[in-house]
Amino acid sequence: MKLTVWTYEGPPHVGAMRVATGMKGLHYVLHAPQGDTYADLLFTMIERRDHRPPVTYTTFQARDLGSDTAGLFKKACQEAYDRFKPEAIIVGASCTAELIQDDPGGLAETMGLPVPVIPLELPSYQRKENFGADETFFQIVRHLAKPMDKTARVSCNIIGPTALGFRHRDDVQEITNLLYELGIEVNVTAPMGATPSDIARMGQAHFNVLLYPETGEQAARYCERTFDQPFTKTIPIGTGATLDFIEEIRALSGSTAQIDDRGLRQTWWSRSVDSTYLTGKRVFIFGDGTHVQTAARIARDEMGFEVAGLGCYNREFARPVRALAKEFVVEPLITDDYLEVERAIEALQPEMILGTQMERHIGKRLGIPCAVISAPVHVQDFPARYSPQMGFEGANVIFDTWIHPLVMGLEEHLLHMFREDFEFNDAAGPSHHGGHAPKPAVEPREEAPAPAARTGEVIWLDTAERELKKIPFFVRGKARRNTETFAAEKGLHEISLDTLYEAKAHFAR
Amino acid sequence: MTDQFAPPPALGCRSAPVLKQRGQREVFCGLTGIIWLHRKIQDAFFLVVGSRTCAHLLQSAAGVMIFAEPRFGTAILEESDLAGLNDAHAELDRTVNELLTRRPDIRQLFLVGSCPSEVIKLDLSRAAERLTQQFAPKVRVLEYSGSGIETTFTQGEDACLAAMVPVLPASDARELLVVGALPDVVEDQMLSLLEDLGVGPVRVLPARSIDAEMGIGENTVFALSQPFLGETHAALERRGARHLAAPFPFGDEGTTAWLAAIAAEFGTSDETFAQVTDAPRRRARAAIAQASEPLRDKSIFFFPDSQLEVPLARFLTRECGMSALEVGMPYIHDGIHGPDLDLLPQGPQISEGQDVDLQLDRCRAARPDLTVCGLGLANPLEAEGLSTKWAIELVFTPVHFYEQAGDLAALFARPLRRKSILSTSAEVAAE
Repeated sequence: MKLTVWTYEGPPHVGAMRVATGMKGLHYVLHAPQGDTYADLLFTMIERRDHRPPVTYTTFQARDLGSDTAGLFKKACQEAYDRFKPEAIIVGASCTAELIQDDPGGLAETMGLPVPVIPLELPSYQRKENFGADETFFQIVRHLAKPMDKTARVSCNIIGPTALGFRHRDDVQEITNLLYELGIEVNVTAPMGATPSDIARMGQAHFNVLLYPETGEQAARYCERTFDQPFTKTIPIGTGATLDFIEEIRALSGSTAQIDDRGLRQTWWSRSVDSTYLTGKRVFIFGDGTHVQTAARIARDEMGFEVAGLGCYNREFARPVRALAKEFVVEPLITDDYLEVERAIEALQPEMILGTQMERHIGKRLGIPCAVISAPVHVQDFPARYSPQMGFEGANVIFDTWIHPLVMGLEEHLLHMFREDFEFNDAAGPSHHGGHAPKPAVEPREEAPAPAARTGEVIWLDTAERELKKIPFFVRGKARRNTETFAAEKGLHEISLDTLYEAKAHFAR
Repeated sequence: MTDQFAPPPALGCRSAPVLKQRGQREVFCGLTGIIWLHRKIQDAFFLVVGSRTCAHLLQSAAGVMIFAEPRFGTAILEESDLAGLNDAHAELDRTVNELLTRRPDIRQLFLVGSCPSEVIKLDLSRAAERLTQQFAPKVRVLEYSGSGIETTFTQGEDACLAAMVPVLPASDARELLVVGALPDVVEDQMLSLLEDLGVGPVRVLPARSIDAEMGIGENTVFALSQPFLGETHAALERRGARHLAAPFPFGDEGTTAWLAAIAAEFGTSDETFAQVTDAPRRRARAAIAQASEPLRDKSIFFFPDSQLEVPLARFLTRECGMSALEVGMPYIHDGIHGPDLDLLPQGPQISEGQDVDLQLDRCRAARPDLTVCGLGLANPLEAEGLSTKWAIELVFTPVHFYEQAGDLAALFARPLRRKSILSTSAEVAAE
């Protein structure tokens, strides 16, 4: 048993729902108890879908147990077919139905439905939502896709976008446009928007563009083996990654078409003088493996940040994320326990967090600005406006999104200049761009003489402590940490005013 | 005292034929009750023993609340827990130990059963007994089921309160017990009205803390403030307490009838009753009249959700001028819902249980002006051009008693007002 309050991922059958809801003409019959329909509202509320997810639940109750839950399943399956007339059906069990062992796949196969029935094995007590999506899509492709002659013109499939995916809608559009500019036709985009008959003709593409390894990698590998379709390895998030992605596409397709990059503003925005203050800002990055890997590269190479720590919650990506952490010389954090993430952030005292909805809340609590880079996300991260993460427009969007929570350069300069000013003191709280940071609490003043505050084993002398308070609160954590590190390195047990400024000189860049 | 109301209908819905259907049900399970119960019982922690699905449900339902260091969590069953049951008990003890060490302020711990824990027949009641002994006297450990296979949405609160009844101390005092978790502001209004009526002493279940709990016995009378408390009703009667049946305190009529039933039991004079209730009744009627303007002569269709449907249909038809087309309830309990059914004029289809696709067909055919349903159905129905009011809000928002009567009408009026604003501006834009 594991004590949990907040989960980064839902159970695997929610992943299967994300595939089914993304597709058209497919129906999911889920053997599940009354109540599991709660997952519908993720799609109708968070993603604001205007139709019910194509899922029929058997909704068995206590009185059904021990009698005929298998019959209940067959009835639900038949009624779902009669009502919705799908091109194909996927069937599976939720966590509770897994325990009663009715075997939905076997039951559905004996019914003789006139459409393909695809059974899903999703181990609810070992795996999670992303696995569920990846496995479901793989099974659908495995059952439906047929070997075919390749299209006359160079074409590709786009693989991985699902319902409830972070910015999948706009990423697909951005990448489709990019491929179009390169003269490459998109054969099928799947699962999002595809029907089972679209899946059947995936084999005629020349290669695959894998946008989200979390939800499409198994299918991409299967297509590589079965249809001789190579797939792209670069995820085009960030300017550098997008350029690499274009090179990879050129190599796969032989395209020599020029790309119009006049819409790319991120590179100049990043070079302009107002961005100088971003240099060396310490960021902590957490989310799903793919978004974390791409964000780390953008943070270091395109924004000039210092990556202070990184990690992911989906253990399927532990290996590449560990390798990345090694490259960045930081400790990797592979965990699905948000309390552990919170502890890591507290210890590192970054100036900014790039994370999920949970990290946004952690940032709020600790007074650290945060931008959302990965699922799980809430309703505000399914925006009405066009906001891809991928491609050149994605790079523009990312620049704006990440910079927004930070205090602007000029503003920060003014705050330094007027730090004793009545409007810029502690009690006034952060500027409006500080987001939702709480007003800093009044630090309790110990009545004991001389050694005033105490942190760890190093004692802050009263004068040093008072000087520290003059530093604007949004850099104070960093100053305190640097000074303490400096003191520890020098073997000092007390921090005086001199120690504070020596440390400042030591860390000056 | 009822002179300001339309007389009760000659034929209410109590004996109306009930459409009972079974099939796919689009409802929450009882675990969701934790979301509001933990706010009410301030020294309690709710530990669900279940799967990742249960944790995900609580997270989806709790929204942002999950970050205010909530007093609930899930012990997620893992593969190894399913292998052998003895192991599961040891694991549970370890988890509870870890939890109580981290939260020393907790005085009551509820082990909440889920579908997975019930299907593997994990004996949580024995675990609760064992843990109670281990942590006595500081912490009391109780057990109830919030599983989807046994409970629907608000029935989770029922199961929780019913689990508390057997451990309440015995008492011979003649006391009134009001049962059902109400928002604090509503509870305070209720207590002050009852005090003015000379009714007392009054206790509430659930109490805000374990120290404020009351005794139960032959002389206890109880009133329900919520219509979903069938099990608790039965548990209280088993301990000798007597139920005061009444319509539920929604709107002017419901609140007045509810208070009247208690006043009659405690011998309050008609003058005192009028003196206490006249002013708030006037306020409530004025507020309802104003807020319910868009509701007049509109039709309404209820999907089953919380068991609040029948009393709300009674309020909306009798006090806001609406007509009900179908009133769906997850369960109907004659002893509890009867008084409201008596007041609901015959006409609407009363239904119990659900086959959601068939019910959607009926709803589409009826084209109601307003549909009350869950969040899984609301946006899809809006996209089909039907106005909806999502039902969950009715459980979280203060809606009971006089001062909230206007707000209650406004909750239903707002979607209709919004629709007319947006369609007017769309017409202007099109011109």
